[in-house]
Amino acid sequence: MFDEIRDLYQEVVFDHNRNPRNFRVMDDATRKIDGFNPLCGDRITLYVKVNDNVIEDVSFQGSGCAISTASASLMTEIVRGHTEEETHGLFELFHKIVTGEDTRTNFDELGKLAVLAGVRAYPARVKCATLAWHSLEAALKEDAETVSTE
Amino acid sequence: MTLSLNVIKIRQDFPILNETIHGRPLVYLDNAASTQKPKAVLDTLRHVYEHDYANVHRGVHTLSQRATDLFEGARKKVKDFINARKIEEIIFVRGTTEAVNLVAQSYGRSKLQAGDEILITAMEHHSNIVPWQILCQQTGAVLKVAPINLSGEIIMEEFEALLNERTKLVSVVHMSNALGTINPVKRIIEVAHAKGIPVMLDGAQAIPHMAVDVQDLDCDFYAFSGHKLCGPSGIGVLYGKETLLKAMPPWQGGGDMIRMVTFDKTEYNTLPYKFEAGTPAIAEAIGLGAAVDYLQAIGMDKIAAYEQQLLEYATTKALEIPSLKVIGTAKVKGAILGFTLHHIHPHDIGTMLDQLGIAVRAGHHCAMPVMDFFGVPATARASFSFYNTTEEVDTLIDGIKQIIEVFG
Ligand SMILES: Cc1ncc(COP(=O)(O)O)c(C=O)c1O
Repeated sequence: MFDEIRDLYQEVVFDHNRNPRNFRVMDDATRKIDGFNPLCGDRITLYVKVNDNVIEDVSFQGSGCAISTASASLMTEIVRGHTEEETHGLFELFHKIVTGEDTRTNFDELGKLAVLAGVRAYPARVKCATLAWHSLEAALKEDAETVSTE
Repeated sequence: MTLSLNVIKIRQDFPILNETIHGRPLVYLDNAASTQKPKAVLDTLRHVYEHDYANVHRGVHTLSQRATDLFEGARKKVKDFINARKIEEIIFVRGTTEAVNLVAQSYGRSKLQAGDEILITAMEHHSNIVPWQILCQQTGAVLKVAPINLSGEIIMEEFEALLNERTKLVSVVHMSNALGTINPVKRIIEVAHAKGIPVMLDGAQAIPHMAVDVQDLDCDFYAFSGHKLCGPSGIGVLYGKETLLKAMPPWQGGGDMIRMVTFDKTEYNTLPYKFEAGTPAIAEAIGLGAAVDYLQAIGMDKIAAYEQQLLEYATTKALEIPSLKVIGTAKVKGAILGFTLHHIHPHDIGTMLDQLGIAVRAGHHCAMPVMDFFGVPATARASFSFYNTTEEVDTLIDGIKQIIEVFG
C-alpha cells in the first residue's frame, strides 16, 4: 500500500524512530542548544562534547516526527569522532542532497545517512531531516540561541 | 444513515474533486485551511475577466460601470447572506486576518489607552492574537486570555469574571479551527454588552458551516475570508455596526477612500469606501458573491445538518481506533476532527495519508497556544465540507489503520 513512500520511510528510519540512539541528556556537554521547527512543532535539545576540535560525543532529547527523530539519531552516530570541519563538510553535502541542490543518485559518500536521501522527493519534509543538523551547526559555532528552521 | 444532502450531485459542481493524487482519487479533508471552488465561482471569475472587467468606481465608460455594478452587487449579496442592516456595513478586505488588523488599528488605536484590556480566549487563531499584541505594544493596553477546559470549551464563569471596567473590546473565535468548538457567542455578546463592551467575532471557520445572522447575534464586528467559503482567495469581509464604523478613523490612505484631497486637507469618503483604499480585489469580490449564491441555493441549514452527520460518523469511527485521541471534544462542535496517534507524529500521518490521496493538515494550525494547552506539539486534522462523503471518511479511517500497521 505504501510502496512508493518506502524510499522516505525505510526500515532504518522506523528503527531509529522507535529506538533513537544517543537519546539522553549529557551532563558534561561542552555545548548545548535548543532547536525548533515552528512549522510542525518539532523540538530538539542537542548536547555536544567537543575536545580539541574533535566531536567526542553527541546526544539529543526532544520530540519530533519519524524523519526528524531518525535524522537526529543517525547524525549522533555518524559525527562522533569527527573533527568540526569534517562534520561541517558532511552537513553541507547532506543539506545539498536533501534539498535537491545536489542531484546525484549515488549516495555512498553519505554513508548511513543515505537512507534519508529520499527526503528530496518530499520538499515539505526537508526541514524535518535537517533540524538536528542545523542545531549541530549552530552548536559548533557556539551560537547559543535557539535555532529555528524557519 | 440517510443523508440530508445529495452529495453525489454536489460533487459534480467541484471540478477539482476529480483529481487523482499519487494515483488515487483525491480525498480533500483540509477544508478548514481552504475550501475548493464550485464551477459557478470559476465560471464567474472567467466571465468577469472575459466580459465585464475594468476598474471600479472611477470610470465613465460602460465596462467600468458594469464592473462596479457587479462588485457592488456582490456586496449586497454578502449583506443579505449575513443579514446586515445596510450595505455600508460590509467592508471588503483581503481576509479575516486583515479584518482583525483593521479593527485593531482603527477602532483599537483610537479607543484604547494604557491599562485598558482586550479579552480573547485560549483557543484563538494567531490572527486573533497577534494584531492585539501589536495594539497593546502601541497603546500600553493589556491582552487578557479567557481559559478553556479539556474539551476545548470556553469556561464561561472565568470569561465573565475577566470582564471589567477596563475591558474595552472582546474578540472571540466563533468556531475554532484547531478544535472545532462552536462558541456560545450569543451568550458571550450578551454578557459583554451588559457591561457596555463591544464584541468582535472571528467567523473564518463558522461562516462556511452555519447560517450566520449578525443582527440576531448582535455582534459589533464579524470577520471572515472568502477562500474558506468556496470563494476566491484575496477577498474577505469585515462587518461592523454602522455607528462604530462611522466613528472610526480610516486605516489605510489612498484612492477610493477619499472624497476630496488638497495638500492641506483630505475629506474621507463615506462608508464602506472609507476603509477600502486602493483598487480592491474586483473579480474576487464578484466571485465571492457567486459563492454566496451557490451556498444559499443549497441552504446553510442543510449544509450544517449534513456536516453534523459526517462529523458524528467520523468521530464514531475514529474512536474505534485504540491509539487515536481526539483533540477537541466540545459538546457543540463543527465538522473538524483533530487527532493524535500514540507514537506517530502528525507530520508522518500527513505525509502517509497524502500517499493515499488524502489531504489533511498536520501541524499547529496557527494556534500554538492551543497545542501547548493540550500538551501536544501538533495534531493531524481532518476538516470536512458539505461535498465530503461517508465513503471518504471510511478511506481516511482505513488509511489511519494502515499507518498504525506500518509504524508497528
Ligand atoms: C479561526 C481562524 N481565524 C482566522 C483565520 C485567518 O484567515 P485568513 O488567513 O484567511 O486571513 C483562519 C484561517 O486559517 C482561521 O481558521
